[in-house]
Parts: sequence; structure tokens; C-alpha cells
Amino acid sequence: MTAPRRRLAALDVDRLIGDPATRIIVTCGSGGVGKTTTAAALALRAAESGRRTVVLTIDPARRLAQSMGLTELDNTPREVEGVADGRLFAMMLDMKRTFDEVVAAHSTPERADQIFANPFYQALSSSFAGTQEYMAMEKLSQLAEPPPGNPEWDLIVVDTPPSRSALDFLDAPQRLGRFLDGRFIRLLAAPAKAGGKAYVKVLSASFGLMSKAVTKILGGELLHDVSAFVASLEAMFGGFRERAEHTYRLLKTPGTAFIVVASPEPDALREASYFVERLVGEQMPLAGLVVNRLHRPAGGDRLSARRAEAAADKLGDRASSDAVDLAEAALRVHAEIAEAGENDARMVRGFAAAHPDVALIAVPALPTDVHDLTGLRLIGELLAAS
Amino acid sequence: MAALGRAVGVYAEVMVAVPRSGLPALVAGIPRAARLHIVTGKGGAGKTTTAAALAIALARGGQRVLIVEVEGRQALARLFDVPELPYADRHLAAAPGGGEVVGLSIDPEEAFIDYLELFYNMKRSARIMQRMGAVDFVTTLAPGLRDVLLTGKVKERVTLNEQGRSAYDCVVLDAPPTGRIRQFLDATREVANLARFGPINRQSQGVVELLHSERTVVHLVTLLEEMPVQETVDAAHELTEGGFGLGAIVVNRARPHYVRPGQLADGRLSRAVLRRGLKLAGVDVDLTDELAQQMIEYEARQDVQRANADRLDAVAVPRIELPELAPPVGVGELSELSDYFVIDE
Repeated sequence: MTAPRRRLAALDVDRLIGDPATRIIVTCGSGGVGKTTTAAALALRAAESGRRTVVLTIDPARRLAQSMGLTELDNTPREVEGVADGRLFAMMLDMKRTFDEVVAAHSTPERADQIFANPFYQALSSSFAGTQEYMAMEKLSQLAEPPPGNPEWDLIVVDTPPSRSALDFLDAPQRLGRFLDGRFIRLLAAPAKAGGKAYVKVLSASFGLMSKAVTKILGGELLHDVSAFVASLEAMFGGFRERAEHTYRLLKTPGTAFIVVASPEPDALREASYFVERLVGEQMPLAGLVVNRLHRPAGGDRLSARRAEAAADKLGDRASSDAVDLAEAALRVHAEIAEAGENDARMVRGFAAAHPDVALIAVPALPTDVHDLTGLRLIGELLAAS
Repeated sequence: MAALGRAVGVYAEVMVAVPRSGLPALVAGIPRAARLHIVTGKGGAGKTTTAAALAIALARGGQRVLIVEVEGRQALARLFDVPELPYADRHLAAAPGGGEVVGLSIDPEEAFIDYLELFYNMKRSARIMQRMGAVDFVTTLAPGLRDVLLTGKVKERVTLNEQGRSAYDCVVLDAPPTGRIRQFLDATREVANLARFGPINRQSQGVVELLHSERTVVHLVTLLEEMPVQETVDAAHELTEGGFGLGAIVVNRARPHYVRPGQLADGRLSRAVLRRGLKLAGVDVDLTDELAQQMIEYEARQDVQRANADRLDAVAVPRIELPELAPPVGVGELSELSDYFVIDE
């Protein structure tokens, strides 16, 4: 078949990170695709091109810390040492502390103390599904619009939480907003207030059932804790929702660029497809797709996996000698990498065919793991060179 | 390497073929006695594939095995090439010797409504609650409750009886990734603390007991790369500390070993010798330098792989190594992978 060869649209990384109008870069994608490394490499490259850059990671495994040679990251940006000609700061999201800050900022000290002491809040702030995503948005918003007296960042690079689905990052804040605005939570809040409200009476039949069910399942103690928590949170509902919506709008501005990261594997590329389609659908500024860890066989496509394997087999039938054994090993290695490379190329072509307008960067696999600035710098060069 | 020696000593009698990577063979040991196999790993390490291959291995010879997914991804349906799984047990594949693998995708909302019906005969009010957003609240937003419902449903499946005997010989759980596994498995204990009284508290005791008993083992899936190995070692410690029994470490996609020790002469391998060999093979000798460089880089990666394999020695459990298969992986490939699991009788 002689289909016309489509030139893949390329993503110009240096133009993107060097453009003063680019203020936020969000890397997203499924877990294990090199998202954190890509974020760190972009941030380092931007910093070394003279932009005052901060990179925010959310991963509890502290992968960024490891890859940047740092032992500890906390909720405040720390300067990364060893950056040539520029300043790079890195931080890891402390979910609980960020939540505490939000609560403190939106309530009186007495009320905040009440909330902090509530066992339900303690569980919520550390293990609530979606809290991580919400707090990442919150932190991003704080970095993008620093309080008076704090320095501005030229560029903020955000690594999204490792989640089952890359879409969680976009959905979680709205889900939290919906939840806080929901009828059920309002009903829960009501009994803790004196008298209750009229609509509670209207719905009292259903609520009686629900409250009975919830009490049965969770036990009355928990229901009480939840009610008290929700009641004390109620004053902050508006604040929460507004901030979530505000950050969401911030992500839609032209100063933001989303970079979707994938590896050349079916699951990762499927997630990348969902994300790309969603970003386009929501008119979010998509910069492009980075495909990490592509196998690049020696000699490009001059020696196919199949031919290398056949040649190796031919040598295998010969009497052993240094030359025969060495060439056989070299050809087996080549067949392995060439086959992987052929699979990778097929995967990437499939994605490109389905999304012809999405700019792509293919980053070759490195012989060793990246765990220092030198490695990150090399990744940065590869990102820019593709 | 002391841990390695110990492990080899313990598992020597059940070892199978030396893995292609040429790494020390620690292949052995999925305990047949375990009723619940929890499979976790770093995202992207091949958790679901491993869980599916393990399920086939366990089903071989006439066993009935249930594989459960809890993250709503429908990854099992894709892997086994069947329509999307409903919230009900569905046949996925037959295993050699009359065995069967059955699949279940647990939806937390449905699991919650199940609970209400099962324990309180409250299905109707559950539906009202669902409309009110209460179920959404309980399953999505309440701390850990989602995980409680999921593990609760898994426990129900493990202990399910049909006609006086267990419905399943064992259950394989495609669990959340290593970063979240401890939280997931301990959610029930957490909620038992939050819901200090009431049926959930009582119910949770049974789940905590099962998860911490000898009937449950946690398998860790990893790649031989630095960060997955670190997460695996960390998770192994955390889980052991938390009183969970470890099963095996499954090393996924280890790259095969082609180069013999000394063959590269510390990176100064003779281009002339290689050239001679390539000529004999009928390969364009202009590729000599590039092929030499490729071999050196491949070996550098093999060294990293070996170093990471050594780091796994800190966790003294059987190790199973799976080869890399060209995507897409389907039932045929799963069956091939299942041959790598040895079940200890």
C-alpha cells in the first residue's frame, strides 16, 4: 500500500517555554509514562533559558524529589541547586497542609479550630478522593496569583496527580464543588442547626429514610461528625466553589499550555486520546503530545527486526568463534530493539492518524534512568530536538 | 546477596526455567492455599495483565477463579476481548484442564446499594438516596468509604458459597497502584475507627480479618527501573509493617540477556571482529559502528536492570519474571504469560 506519508505536526518546545506569554504548563497523562520527569525537564530547560520557574508535583512517591536529586520537598517552593544560569524552584504538594490553609483563609480562627478538630475533616483532608486534585488546583492558583509581597513566577510547571484516569484532574474540582452544593450535604448540615429550614420539612420524608439508612450503615457518631463538619464548612462553600471555578477558568486562558504525556503503549495512548479529545472539547489550550521512551534501532530502518533475527539464526548455525558470537549477539540485540521500535512506531502512527492536528514529540528511550539534573537536561534537549 | 541465597534455598525445589534475562532465577511460589490474591504495582508496570495471567495460572487444572477490577476502567473486558463487564460475574476465559476465569467489575455505587439490600433490605430507599446524591456522597466523597465498599464486596465474593461449597476456588484482585495500596487495604480499619458503632463497624471486622489473614497475599508488580523498584521495596515494607502477607514480586518486561560477560571488553569491543561476523551473516557492514554502540547501550541498560534486581533482594519473597510481549496483549498472550507462574501445592 502506498498511502501518502503524512508529516507529523511537531511541537516546538523551546518556543513554548521561551514565550513570555506562556505562564503555566500542565503535564498530564496516565501513571508511569514519565509525566513527572517531563515536567521537571521542561521546568529545568525553561529555568536555564532565563525564566524564573517553579515546578509543582503532587506525587506522594516523591518521584520528582528523587529525579531532581532532592531528599525533601514540602509545601513551599525550594530552590534547586546546580541550575546553570537561571533559577528553578521545586515543591511537592502537601495535601493536608494546603487544605488547612484553605480552611484558615475562609473562616474565623475559632471556626477553623472547630473544623480541624473534627475527625471527619481529618479523614477528608488526607484521604478524600479528589481532594488531591482539588488541592493541586488550589496550589496552582496560589502560585499563579501570589499574595502581595510574594514574588511572581515567570513560568509554573504543574505535574498532575497520578490517577486512574488523566481526566480526574479536570473533573475533581467540579465534583467537589457539586458535592458541596448538593442537596444531600445541605440536608446533612441542617440538623446541626437550630430549627432547620423549610425545605428540610418538605423533604423530611425522604430525609428520614436517608438519615435512618446513613445512621444504620455508618453509625450515629459518624453522621453527627459529618453534620457538624458540614455545618461549619457551610460558610465556606461559596469560597470553595468560586476558587475551583476561578482556577478552572485560569486553565482555559491562552497563557496556559497542556502537554499530554504518554508512552508508546496501548493503555497510555488510549488515556492520552481521551485527554486530548476532552481538552479540545473544552477549548483548553492543548500544546501537544509527548511520547516518551521510544525505541530507536541502530541504522534507523536500514535493518528490520525480521532480517536481523534471520541473520542471527544463520550465525547460530555456524561454528562458534569470536566474530560469529559477537555478531550474533549484536543482531539479537538489534532485532529486540528494532521490533520494539516497529511496535512503537505503529502505536504512534495510530494516534497521529486519529488526531492529525495534535503536535507530537517523540522522545527516545535512554540507556539509563534519569535521576539527576544532567539526565533532566538531556531529556530537555531531546524534547527540544524532536 | 544473602537474601537471594536464602530465597533460592527455600524455593529451589520448585524453580522453573532460567528466565531469558539471565537474571538469577527466583522463580517460584504462588501459594495455592491463598484464597485472595491482591495484585498491585506502580502505574504502567502491567498490573492488570499480571493479574489476568495469574488468574489463568490459578484456574489451570479445573479451578474456578474470579478476577475483580475496582477502578472502573474495563481493562479486563479489553484484555479478554469481551463486551464491557456489568456489575455481575461474567465468564472471561476457559483455562486448560477444565478451569474457568470469571470477571467482575465492581462499581462502588452498585456495591453500596447491594449493601443496603443485603443487610437492611432497603433497596427502595437506596434508590431515593441515589437520586438525592447521597450515594455519590458515600461512594465518591466520604473518606475511604469507597474503598470500604470495594474491599467489602471482594470479601463477599471470596466467602461466597453455592450449593454448600465455595463459589470460587480463589479470587484475584486487580488492586489500586502501590502508592495507594496500603490506604486501600486499611480503609476498612480506618472506617471502623470513624464509624465507632453500627453495622459498618461490625461488617468491617470481617474484612479486616480476611485481609490480614493467611488466606490473603499481596503480589507486587514492578519493572526493573529505579522508581518502580523503589516503590515496590517501599510498598513491601509498608505492607509487611501493616500486617499483610506478601506473595510474589512479579518482574514485568525484563529485557532478555544476549551479551555474554566479557564480550564487550568494557566497551572497547573490536569493531573489526564484529565486522567480520556481520559479513558472515550477510549484513551491511556499514552498520558495524552503530550496532556496536547499540550493544554497548543495551548492556548499560542491562546493568541498570541487574542493579535494580539486586535492590529487590531486600524483599525476601519469590520472584517471577515475565517477558515483554508485543502489544496488543490478548487471551493468547495471557495464556503464554500464565506459564511463568508456578503454583505451590
